[in-house]
Amino acid sequence: MTTAITILFFGIAYGMILYLISVGLSVTMGLMNIVNLAHGVFAMLGGYITVTLMNHLGVPFLLALAAGCVLVAILGFVLERLLYRHLYGRSELDQVLFSIGLIFVSAALARIAWGPLAQPIELPDYLKGQVEFLGLELPTYRLALVGFGFAVIAGLWFGFDRTLFGARIRATVNNREMAQSVGIDTDRLFALAFALGTGLAALGGGLGADVLAIAPTYPLQYIIYFLIVVAVGGLGDIKAPFLAAILIGLADTACRYFLPEVGAIFIFAFVFVVLIWLPAGIMQWRRS
Amino acid sequence: METATLETRGLNKSFGSVPVITDVDFVLRPGERRALIGPNGAGKTTFVNLLTGNLRPTSGRVLLDDHDITELDEARRIRQGIGRTFQITSLFPMLTVRENVFLAVSECEGIAGNLFRSALRHRPQIERTDELIRRVGLSDVANTHAQLLPYGRQRLLEIAIALALRPKILLLDEPAAGIPTADSHVVLDILATLPKDIAVLLIDHDMDLVFRFAQQITVMVQGSIFAQGSPREIAADPRVREVYLGDSKHGLAAAS
Amino acid sequence: MTAVSTSGPAYPAASSQLRRLALPLPWLATAALPLFLPGYEPLATQILVMIVFALSLDLLVGYAGIVTLGHAGLFGMGAYTAGILSVYGITDPLLTAGCAMLVAAATGLVFGWAMLRTKDLTLLMLTMASAFLLYEIANKATWLTGGEDGLQGVNFSSLFGTFAFDFRGITAFYYSLAVLFVVFLAVRALIASPFGWSLRGIRENSARMAAIGCPILKRRVIVYVISAALAGLAGALQAQATQFVALYSLSFELSGNILIMLILGGSGRLYGAFIGVPAFMFAQDLLAKQDPANWFLGLGIILIVLVMLAPGGILGIAERVMAAIRRRRGAA
Repeated sequence: MTTAITILFFGIAYGMILYLISVGLSVTMGLMNIVNLAHGVFAMLGGYITVTLMNHLGVPFLLALAAGCVLVAILGFVLERLLYRHLYGRSELDQVLFSIGLIFVSAALARIAWGPLAQPIELPDYLKGQVEFLGLELPTYRLALVGFGFAVIAGLWFGFDRTLFGARIRATVNNREMAQSVGIDTDRLFALAFALGTGLAALGGGLGADVLAIAPTYPLQYIIYFLIVVAVGGLGDIKAPFLAAILIGLADTACRYFLPEVGAIFIFAFVFVVLIWLPAGIMQWRRS
Repeated sequence: METATLETRGLNKSFGSVPVITDVDFVLRPGERRALIGPNGAGKTTFVNLLTGNLRPTSGRVLLDDHDITELDEARRIRQGIGRTFQITSLFPMLTVRENVFLAVSECEGIAGNLFRSALRHRPQIERTDELIRRVGLSDVANTHAQLLPYGRQRLLEIAIALALRPKILLLDEPAAGIPTADSHVVLDILATLPKDIAVLLIDHDMDLVFRFAQQITVMVQGSIFAQGSPREIAADPRVREVYLGDSKHGLAAAS
Repeated sequence: MTAVSTSGPAYPAASSQLRRLALPLPWLATAALPLFLPGYEPLATQILVMIVFALSLDLLVGYAGIVTLGHAGLFGMGAYTAGILSVYGITDPLLTAGCAMLVAAATGLVFGWAMLRTKDLTLLMLTMASAFLLYEIANKATWLTGGEDGLQGVNFSSLFGTFAFDFRGITAFYYSLAVLFVVFLAVRALIASPFGWSLRGIRENSARMAAIGCPILKRRVIVYVISAALAGLAGALQAQATQFVALYSLSFELSGNILIMLILGGSGRLYGAFIGVPAFMFAQDLLAKQDPANWFLGLGIILIVLVMLAPGGILGIAERVMAAIRRRRGAA
């Protein structure tokens, strides 16, 4: 029983990180109809900024997270205007190559700036140790992670469903021509959505720095997991990827615990079967 | 040459709650040269898509030689001899004219799965390809990429691809659209060279073309068959003139 | 889009004669390589093996329009098949290469049949997941594959019972060159066949191909299986030339690298693999050893510039330059 709850808890914490990083990818890929393999770059950068501000400048954790989120969102906005927008409507192959190129460049720059080794995050005291929760000793950091994650998600879902910005995104995902014809400035919308998505990824990268270690190999190493969340969830939505992320976080954690000799085999086989069964992700299942 | 009769019985199609085709009974007999005309939005292209299998009817049946083909998909219907051209050009843009036509010829003659002998060494199929290209007057651009052709000549390439599939029934959805009026006789010339047994259904707004080509004309208005008859009868029908009043620039009066 | 031909420009008859005469020249020059560049045989062999691999990928990416980020999965299946057979005493190079092709083809059939009914991002993800799956299996099945340490004890007997795989790598070099030549002829015949033409039709407009009666899934599975067999052959060559098999041969990194090599040269052009692979591997050999960060920085910038400014790779650029020259001559 204790084991089950521990796995549940670690799985949800892991899934939460995956969700925060991947949700922006789902929205931008669905919105702009592009394949972007380089999304992990923004999470990595968020992680580096957070870790550097904390470890070297003594900036408090939450402030460092916010700084990473904002700086990366600005960078995302600029990159969208400068580079990404030239890729809309191009072949899938071009988009794949471009994003691999971006991964290489950012990984190389990260290596030049921070060296090849992983940057350990020095957690503030209030996040260290264990707390008792439902009669269980749970690591404070992960508990905070889950709580913080739910807060962000609540804000995000509310914004997506209730604000004009959210409505515009949903309308444009559904039908771009129609959205343009009713006067939605899709150019601006794309840039803002991209900035938001990359900012969230940075937040996830910083918040999860103790789970997914911040190193130059980050974007390549975890890319498959971010893409799995998007592909299994389905494009252009923010709720289905949550389900997918939690599912994958739980499955991966449980599998590593109970069947360490099987490792990640299970998760890839699982994804393979799900995508063959539901090529458009679990959104397709919900619709049918 | 095999022949076939294409027929619809009580055909209905609606998109959501909007009826587009209502209760159409229609017959196209072997060797017939029929035109389908009607004002914009009358449902002509929808009707063709129901005949080719691009769309499924809401109710009613499509019959080929009295066999029910309502449930067959497009590829199957093509193999049974229903050929068509598209209103919006659908070609292989980065392939040459010759390659475009050869693809259709090779699928039709069952050699497209051949792995090892060069396509160019399949003499009978290459000859047939070149013959089709000659027939639609594209020999001079046989090695040009389809996307580099002017729109009108792309339409001719569409026709060549449709003919390559040896249709018993040919549905031409605005084959002359985009072709300068002065050149629409090219389309007419091609149609004149078709084997006499093929049944042809022509949809076009060019009344000059329609009246010179068709032996029979079907007028469709608001998804239903409004009138049928010989060109002379249709031209003389006061109700048809009325429907076309707003459209008189198409020259219905002049054609009669 | 530019109007550059994907099937190569149409040459007039006279120059096609010339081309036929010129065709053996690069092959002969390569065969003479050990005479004037001794010591470079292992690198040259690596390049030849990767060209075989890149040719197999070109069938998918360049001709059938199937973008895959998991082609190393099939290469690795070939490498491990040949390597494991040799560990268990079946050491004949040609026999094990044949087995490697069969195993890779069977893998391609199973995965291809399942994956190729999807498209776009889903297909891309499935190709990635398939290779990650194979990688993880090889990683965990240490009793069979050696896991992270690589497969130990790989040893192949002499080619035709005569030419031993020597320390300098002369045998491996000529063996790889001969295999590449045969694969080149086979791929060239394939893309000129009606089947090859139909692949390009599917790439250009699959809806229209369906409308002229083409069984699209079947064609795509067939080309996937053929490509898998050739990738497996390349993997077997790699195992035989280096007498070693590492997890890298199944990795996402290799899947990405081979795609980059192909695109760098120019996909859908048959000769793209012959240009892109040496360019990539020579540069990697020169730069990556000194400083991997600079190598990846340079490679990343090249990729971005290539996508933004020069689609079609090196051969694409060459074609445009040739076309410009020809136009100028025509005008003069």
